[in-house]
Amino acid sequence: MKEITTRDALREALQEEMQRDRTVFLIGEDIGRYWGGAFGVTRGLAEEFGDERVRDTPISESAIIGVGVGAAITGMRPVAEIMFGDLTALAMDQICNQAAKIRYMFGGQAAVPLVIRTPFGAGVNIASHHSQSLEAWFMHTPGLQVAVPSTPHDAKGLLKTAIRGSNPVLFVEHKLLYPVKGMIPEEDFVFPFGVADVKHEGSDVSIVATLFMVHKALAVAEQLGKEGISVEVVDPRTLAPLDEQAILKTVRKTGRLVVVSEDCKTAGVSSEIVAMVAEEALDYLDAPVKRVAEPDTPLPFSPTLEKFVVPDEKRIAKAVKEIL
Amino acid sequence: MLSMVDRAKLLEMYRQMLTIRFFEEKVFELYGQNLVPGTIHLYAGQEAVAVGVCANLRKDDYITSTHRGHGHCIAKGARLDKTMAEILGRKTGYCKGKGGSMHIADFSIGMLGATAVVGAGIPIAAGAALSIKLRGTDQVVACFFGEGASNQGTFHEGINLAAVWSLPAVFVCENNLYAMGTRQSRVMLIENIADRAKAYGIHGVAVDGNDVLAVFEATREAVERARRDEGPALVECKTYRHKGHSRFDPAAYRPKQEVEKWLRKDPIALFQTRLLDMGILSQATVEEIAQECRQAVDEATKFAIESPFPEPEEALEDVYSSGESASAQ
Repeated sequence: MKEITTRDALREALQEEMQRDRTVFLIGEDIGRYWGGAFGVTRGLAEEFGDERVRDTPISESAIIGVGVGAAITGMRPVAEIMFGDLTALAMDQICNQAAKIRYMFGGQAAVPLVIRTPFGAGVNIASHHSQSLEAWFMHTPGLQVAVPSTPHDAKGLLKTAIRGSNPVLFVEHKLLYPVKGMIPEEDFVFPFGVADVKHEGSDVSIVATLFMVHKALAVAEQLGKEGISVEVVDPRTLAPLDEQAILKTVRKTGRLVVVSEDCKTAGVSSEIVAMVAEEALDYLDAPVKRVAEPDTPLPFSPTLEKFVVPDEKRIAKAVKEIL
Repeated sequence: MLSMVDRAKLLEMYRQMLTIRFFEEKVFELYGQNLVPGTIHLYAGQEAVAVGVCANLRKDDYITSTHRGHGHCIAKGARLDKTMAEILGRKTGYCKGKGGSMHIADFSIGMLGATAVVGAGIPIAAGAALSIKLRGTDQVVACFFGEGASNQGTFHEGINLAAVWSLPAVFVCENNLYAMGTRQSRVMLIENIADRAKAYGIHGVAVDGNDVLAVFEATREAVERARRDEGPALVECKTYRHKGHSRFDPAAYRPKQEVEKWLRKDPIALFQTRLLDMGILSQATVEEIAQECRQAVDEATKFAIESPFPEPEEALEDVYSSGESASAQ
């Protein structure tokens, strides 16, 4: 095992898959030798693999994804980077109408092994166009897979699976996680999609959380543990496919559920998880479910405002206590 | 010019154009009999473009297509029966009934599919061209779109990227003067879409899109250049659709004199006269070929009509791929 940041774990996944498979290449704005990606994930890869396989593009998000689609249906495995998740809006047709639907509308003739890496999330005061969490948009698009890793271990294992797979993947990276460290094995490993991870075992209340919220949920579990409240934290790791059984299992175990997600509340990630639990395990619930999410506003700039809208440990702990 | 093209090739091009025309007439007829679900966008009148372009392509070259795509499929070598079956929503269609008229693909012949989002195929074609470059083959991509698509952002983004990376793509603008009911002059100040090539630093040419040999010649140069890794080109083919935009659109927005002028320039009639003058066709062979083309369309139609619809539950299949990538190369 070795300690590594999420940023470096992601880079290792890209590097190892590029070494392993000549058809893997990277495409995006400023990902090459002059910058190495806005968050430094691709730093050094152009030097190792050349400018042909680590391609800097014009500021053309729609073309970045469109080119990825065209390459993916003709034998390549492109990994596209959209510099900020908010900018996926510029490429929504290519992501949701083309990448996601090509296999289906052509009757299964094609596979679209395209990975779209992009950072979501607030916390660094860069306001409404650089801070959103838009996972739900893509969860709502049949044909796409959505990965939401919370640790370096998950990030590396899931990115490798995404690259080796044969479906378009929206691979979410939370920008606060890039410098977060964790342990990973030295040897090659992958994690399957659709398999949640119990990040902390408990028996009184279940928290289902994703991305950076997993860390806040774990802090709450730790803190409440000292008060004698046993909290289980389940991290779905991928939203599409969603490991419904793992979520139902923890609900049946504790009978209490809090869903924590950084996206805004209405028609969000938490809505889907709670609806699924209501359909499948209502009888197991001993208390109403709680959702901790952002209010339905754009992301504000000023630190006091941003801090107010992003779910924090206090709100999570409060939600847990309210249903005990 | 013509010395470059042998008689068999010219006859094959003529035969394809005629097949497309008969095919589209049949689709229109079936639509009137309520056998075609949804809508249709017919290619009749534009046959010289698809055929003139695809006559320069090999089986392993790629094309991307549009909502008005039946002609592109047939010119690239798609089977008539599976194309017609798809249009009729049958299980035996190219896409098992999931795509329909606007989404036909045949990856086995490099037909990468029709998108119904105007202009969306342009960056996808650039991506297929990038794939060719990275794999080091000498394939090329021909990307079909209309003049309406040239006002989309994807036109700018996709062609600029193809230009700056010198990708083996030929961007074929079928300028039929109308984007649905909107005449070109109402939405752009330029007359030639090909002029836009200058903005990307690539070769651009406008040709008579009803003259199949002019299309063939202009595309031949562009395809050869792309195959020699000398970058993309924009070929504008000026043409006209015989029918309205879709379904029973009477196209009342088009002046009568304009329609008549273009009908007199029917690409098939023009080519037929030329081939008769050259002695490649005779009155006897004209009728013989017409008979054969009609028969092929009739057989395809019979196959389609006799084919079953998909089972309802098949709607749930093909959303995700479970295996390794199995795409065209």
